[in-house]
Amino acid sequence: MILRLDDIKKYFPVRHGFLQRKMEYVKAVDGVSLAIKRGEIFGLVGESGSGKSTLGYTVVGIHRSTAGKIIFKGEDLATRQHMDVRAISRKLQIVFQDPGSSLNPKRTIRQTLELPLKVHRLGTRRERLGKLRELLQKVELPEEYLHNYPRALSGGQRQRIAIARALAVEPEFIVLDEPTSALDVSVQGKVVRLLLSLAKEHDLTYLFITHDLSLMRNVASRVAIMYLGKLCEVAPTSEFFKNPLHPYTKMLLSSIPVVSEEEESLKPERSVPKGEIPSPVNRPSGCGFRTRCPLAMDICAQEEPRRTLVNEEHEVHCHLFNNSRIKGDYDWND
Amino acid sequence: MTAEERALFKIRNLCVAFDLFRGTLPVLDHVSLAVRRGEKIGLVGETGCGKSVTMKVVVGILPIPPGRIASGEIWFDGTNILSLHGGRLQDVRGRIGLIPQDPSASLNPVFQVGTQLRDAIRYSHRHRNLSAKEIRRLAIDVLAEVGLPDPVRNLSNYPFQLSGGMKQRVLIAMALAANPELLIADEPTTALDVTIQEQVLRLMREAIDRRNLSILIITHNLGLIREFTDRVYIMYAGQIGETGSTRDLFNRPLHPYTKGLLASVPKLTGEGVPFGIPGTVPDYLNAPSGCRFSPRCDRTTEVCASCRPEMILIEGEHRVACHLYKEEQEDDPQAG
Ligand SMILES: Nc1ncnc2c1ncn2[C@@H]1O[C@H](COP(=O)(O)OP(=O)(O)OP(=O)(O)O)[C@@H](O)[C@H]1O
Ligand SMILES: Nc1ncnc2c1ncn2[C@@H]1O[C@H](COP(=O)(O)OP(=O)(O)OP(=O)(O)O)[C@@H](O)[C@H]1O
Ligand code: SF4
Ligand SMILES: [Mg+2]
Ligand SMILES: [Mg+2]
Repeated sequence: MILRLDDIKKYFPVRHGFLQRKMEYVKAVDGVSLAIKRGEIFGLVGESGSGKSTLGYTVVGIHRSTAGKIIFKGEDLATRQHMDVRAISRKLQIVFQDPGSSLNPKRTIRQTLELPLKVHRLGTRRERLGKLRELLQKVELPEEYLHNYPRALSGGQRQRIAIARALAVEPEFIVLDEPTSALDVSVQGKVVRLLLSLAKEHDLTYLFITHDLSLMRNVASRVAIMYLGKLCEVAPTSEFFKNPLHPYTKMLLSSIPVVSEEEESLKPERSVPKGEIPSPVNRPSGCGFRTRCPLAMDICAQEEPRRTLVNEEHEVHCHLFNNSRIKGDYDWND
Repeated sequence: MTAEERALFKIRNLCVAFDLFRGTLPVLDHVSLAVRRGEKIGLVGETGCGKSVTMKVVVGILPIPPGRIASGEIWFDGTNILSLHGGRLQDVRGRIGLIPQDPSASLNPVFQVGTQLRDAIRYSHRHRNLSAKEIRRLAIDVLAEVGLPDPVRNLSNYPFQLSGGMKQRVLIAMALAANPELLIADEPTTALDVTIQEQVLRLMREAIDRRNLSILIITHNLGLIREFTDRVYIMYAGQIGETGSTRDLFNRPLHPYTKGLLASVPKLTGEGVPFGIPGTVPDYLNAPSGCRFSPRCDRTTEVCASCRPEMILIEGEHRVACHLYKEEQEDDPQAG
């Protein structure tokens, strides 16, 4: 286990209306527990607003968690009271969702890439330049680009720079927040392939966030589905597509538009989506999905579904599976 | 009769350029397409291929200058829009509805949904003198038609009180309220989640069938095209590369660009991450003079770079503009 999240919560305070004093909370992440193995590509899927980015930001320390533990290589990060915070946070990096806005337009590529090295006080000026050249090579861009500004680059090239920036400080764990969702499908493949080969070469672990299930099918070793700040289902990728259990997962899988008959036959029986995704401020009681769930029962409005393990690796959070074989908690002693 | 002759709407050999300081960008290069009554047509291509420019020329929102319509015709129900002016142009344009791409940017944040919807109706029905009551009735009906829950209450909501999917429904309602014959939808569901996308597409399909409308839907999403449309046009760098029934195009893609796009989509069958297409859409300032796809094509020959391939008929409605294919049947003069 390289990373373990233990009941992570991240609430954002929001004031309601102009004059009302009442404080409400957006429960963007509301009790997520996960364990990610070293070297794996762990996929996190969910619709807009489900809390994927917030979870990723919390893991790398951009947000401080409201509650819960983040254990990275045995150290508790949530409190961030460790003596050598800088050394640890260096090991956790992030590639942001939008390559257009995540690079500072006023900085050259060289300045952008050198900044993290300076922040972490790595190398002399000359050593740093050598390092930058090496980084560009790694992301398969020509050296000359060091002197360019982001606007001179295409979307795919910008995303390569964002990847190089994350790699600069030699991390062990990278959160990839929809690294290719802004790119054309014709360009996406090359960037994803680059990410996969970098992971192998540098023994990296990824938390790969996306809403593209077809892409996830081809990159992740395990997948977690999130809905309104909570997990619905976690399973190894092949099991996940063969045997989806949660009603939301089935709805999601049956909604994916695909490009061939063969893929069509792999989708679960059509589950017609209905209703709107509720606001995370007014999360439905009990199961967050019940307002859209075709199988909702009385208990779904009353009680929050607990995590149920249907086998060692497949967990589901839904009252339909209350009587399944294995119950209880993770075995953390990997 | 050919598809073009029966068409409600057709674009013939449209060339659009942008005159900029750094030079002239010849973006659209002899674009031809046709939409028959009741048909659902897709227009697909990568970023920067000229899909939105095509849409903007048709609905009359292309900024001129820098834009310039160099040549071509746009026919709607027997009249060439490009030769019309003033009131007659407005009348024809009033029969074409637009569903814009970004729901958040397309609704005015400071006005209630009802106000914006009523304005859309009043403007489109300016010759019909509807009373305020009739307009309100129509607004409620059309919101109900697009499946917006509690339409009466939603009339007094502001856009920020609606989710992305609800905003998109309101925009579809605004387009439908004007009672158009042709809808043009520019990436109508790109900003939406898959389950919401499916809901929105379903209601669009129902409304189109119920009202016997035609739609030209512009998108990057090949899966959506496959599920939603009857026929497709594949656009690359301002040129139409291939067109045909959706079924033919997905079962037997011909143009190397179409094949490349289809192969780029990650598959649920889990064959690994596709390689994609090498290179990027060219800078129009130095657009290749022949087939614009030739620098990225793995089958390119000498003739490709120098000579623009004509659109030829392969079978049925399946046409391709690529030097790899030779005309087998008699040349169709309407193929453009
Ligand atoms: N800084 C913040 N302050 C207040 N609310 C926030 C903040 N950041 C996120 N939220 C809210 O938290 C919820 C989860 O947002 P988040 O960005 O994590 O979702 P996401 O799953 O990444 O969605 P997307 O697919 O659109 O990127 C949303 O309702 C969002 O509005
Ligand atoms: N107002 C403008 N001024 C100058 N050039 C323009 C303008 N609008 C469009 N262009 C040129 O036309 C090209 C095609 O643009 P268009 O918006 O039609 O692409 P698109 O196919 O809709 O792409 P996307 O999928 O990203 O929406 C652009 O790459 C740009 O070179
Ligand atoms: S807990 Fe109930 S409402 Fe939630 S997904 Fe399961 S059956 Fe549906
Ligand atoms: Mg996000
Ligand atoms: Mg566009």
